Amino acid sequence: MARAFTPKVITANDLLEGDVIYFTADDSWTRDIEQAELITDEAVAPLRLLDAEKQNIRIVGAYLADAKAGPNGPEPTHFREDFRRTGPSNYFHGKQEAEANV
Amino acid sequence: MYKYNEFDEAFLAERNAQFRAQVERRIDGSLTEDEFKPLRLMNGVYLQLHAYMLRVAVPYGTLNSAQMRTLALLAEKWDKGYGHFTTRQNIQYNWPKLRDIPDMLDALGEAGLHAIQTSGNTIRNTTADHFAGAAADELTDPRPYAELIRQWSTDHPEFQFLGRKFKIAITGSSNDRAVIMAHDVGLQVVEQDGKTGFRVVVGGGLGRTPMIGQVLREFLPQADLLPYLESVLTVYNVLGRRDNKYKARIKITVSENGIDTYRAMTEEAFMAIRGQYDGTDQQQLEEIKTHFQAPEFRSGSTETFDTAYANDPVFRAWADTNLAEHRKGDHAIVTISIKAHGATPGDATAEQMRVMADLGEQYAYNELRISHQQNVILPHVHKNDLPAIHATLKANGLATANIGLISDIIACPGMDYCALATARSIPVAQEIASRFDDLKMEHDIGHLQIKISGCINACGHHHVAHIGILGLDRAGVENYQITLGGDATETAAIGTRTGPGFAYDEIVPAVERIVEVYMAQREGPEETFLETYRRIGMEPFKAALYPEAQKKVA
Repeated sequence: MARAFTPKVITANDLLEGDVIYFTADDSWTRDIEQAELITDEAVAPLRLLDAEKQNIRIVGAYLADAKAGPNGPEPTHFREDFRRTGPSNYFHGKQEAEANV
Repeated sequence: MYKYNEFDEAFLAERNAQFRAQVERRIDGSLTEDEFKPLRLMNGVYLQLHAYMLRVAVPYGTLNSAQMRTLALLAEKWDKGYGHFTTRQNIQYNWPKLRDIPDMLDALGEAGLHAIQTSGNTIRNTTADHFAGAAADELTDPRPYAELIRQWSTDHPEFQFLGRKFKIAITGSSNDRAVIMAHDVGLQVVEQDGKTGFRVVVGGGLGRTPMIGQVLREFLPQADLLPYLESVLTVYNVLGRRDNKYKARIKITVSENGIDTYRAMTEEAFMAIRGQYDGTDQQQLEEIKTHFQAPEFRSGSTETFDTAYANDPVFRAWADTNLAEHRKGDHAIVTISIKAHGATPGDATAEQMRVMADLGEQYAYNELRISHQQNVILPHVHKNDLPAIHATLKANGLATANIGLISDIIACPGMDYCALATARSIPVAQEIASRFDDLKMEHDIGHLQIKISGCINACGHHHVAHIGILGLDRAGVENYQITLGGDATETAAIGTRTGPGFAYDEIVPAVERIVEVYMAQREGPEETFLETYRRIGMEPFKAALYPEAQKKVA
């Protein structure tokens, strides 16, 4: 029996800032994973990745990352993506710092 | 210390202008990322988890105060106020913006620094004994040779697209402080019949297939250094595997073909290449050597030092751990710990960099060093200046008395920053250091090196640690394997794995159990952890780490 598809988000790094960004359902990019498009259809995922990669002038290294639906939007399922979502654990830098300054 | 000439300055300015144009072309879309990536890597620019990372070389670990201030400027102006000193005598900035990097490179160039060949499949920064030119046990200062290698290898057309990165380390002492046995090529300055030359070791390396290097030549005359290195690299470039990047290191080439074959091919290439060297390199070496003359050491009594040492226990504790023997009896080598308990190993703030630069200028003949152990060195200090230096360090959070102790941990950036990492290293190092500081045990434990890598690439040198820790991803959870008995010195050894790994919250208690075995089993405080391990073997440590397994056996 085929393994069940794990939902994905498309993530990359911003070309100029280098920070982590996510692809949205309206083909734009957001810095907040909760606003990302959660792709639940295995057949759609590679097509959406191609859509994201069309914007390679603005982004670097787009890929599909495992995610799940949370109460406020997609959430990472792996600790690596969780660190990318927040920032390093030794300093209050990265997204955690940016969000605190909003 | 080497000072750039007009050619060096012009080369660097041109190279930086070229990269500035490449960045602009990437930003305006003229270059794709696939086209741009190799260009940025040739200039030390990576893209990591959260941001770009710029890796700057500190050639053979040597800096002057002005250069250290430039590193501080970069941290303050274009980063988040700090830099991270690495295990290969580089500094990394973790948060630069792409558009700012050309300005950072220009600022470095003006100070005689660069980021060329700090990444990519090329000859990386040649590292050296961080006590070079100062150590009491040194035969010859190896840095002029390292500088010669740098000038030869920088933009060398044959070695810009090697199978993989290539790392050279050099020492002028029989006590190996440069880990030469775990480099692609290790060089030790030696003398034979009154002549200076090199013992050449090849095929060492860590990563997923750790190996200790093998001797390729017991004695290579000094004048043959570059043609012989060129021969070693040429053979590697031809013979080295390119079908599998994990097997593209010289250690695999040497291992698969045998050291005798590698030696024969190198000697054959050497016969062909040596004639192409007309002596210009030796003239260049003589010119380079003039930049590495010892400073005019001042003399005088050491009474101030002696008094402080006798009367101030805090100063004495620091002096006992952080000073090393200088070749001049009234001087000392100071290692400044940038491993305060609970801090990130290797990180220094811009303010701390400036404090160290000031100390270097005022007390250390304007010289500083970066060690592969991620600390900063003042190589030449008159002993009478040590109490004043200690007071300044103390006032700036830099007086941690832990060099060579359990909290002087080498740790790679791990998954907190590195795109390749599979687990975190930094918080593990922080927690171990804090734990043993709380226990007030580390001075009793004595010399013990813990090294932590956040992935199999082993940037944290865990294979050659007394206690090595390797962080891995096991089914989506951080898991840490332990090795024991590694050795990074002239008696180099690869550590042995203890058994199954430990979860993140189990790793610090596991280290504590290892240390408890050592403390219980050692024959006295003078017997180091490594000596005890070599005497009693792995089993007592395994019994402490895996008590459940022992019960099953029983």
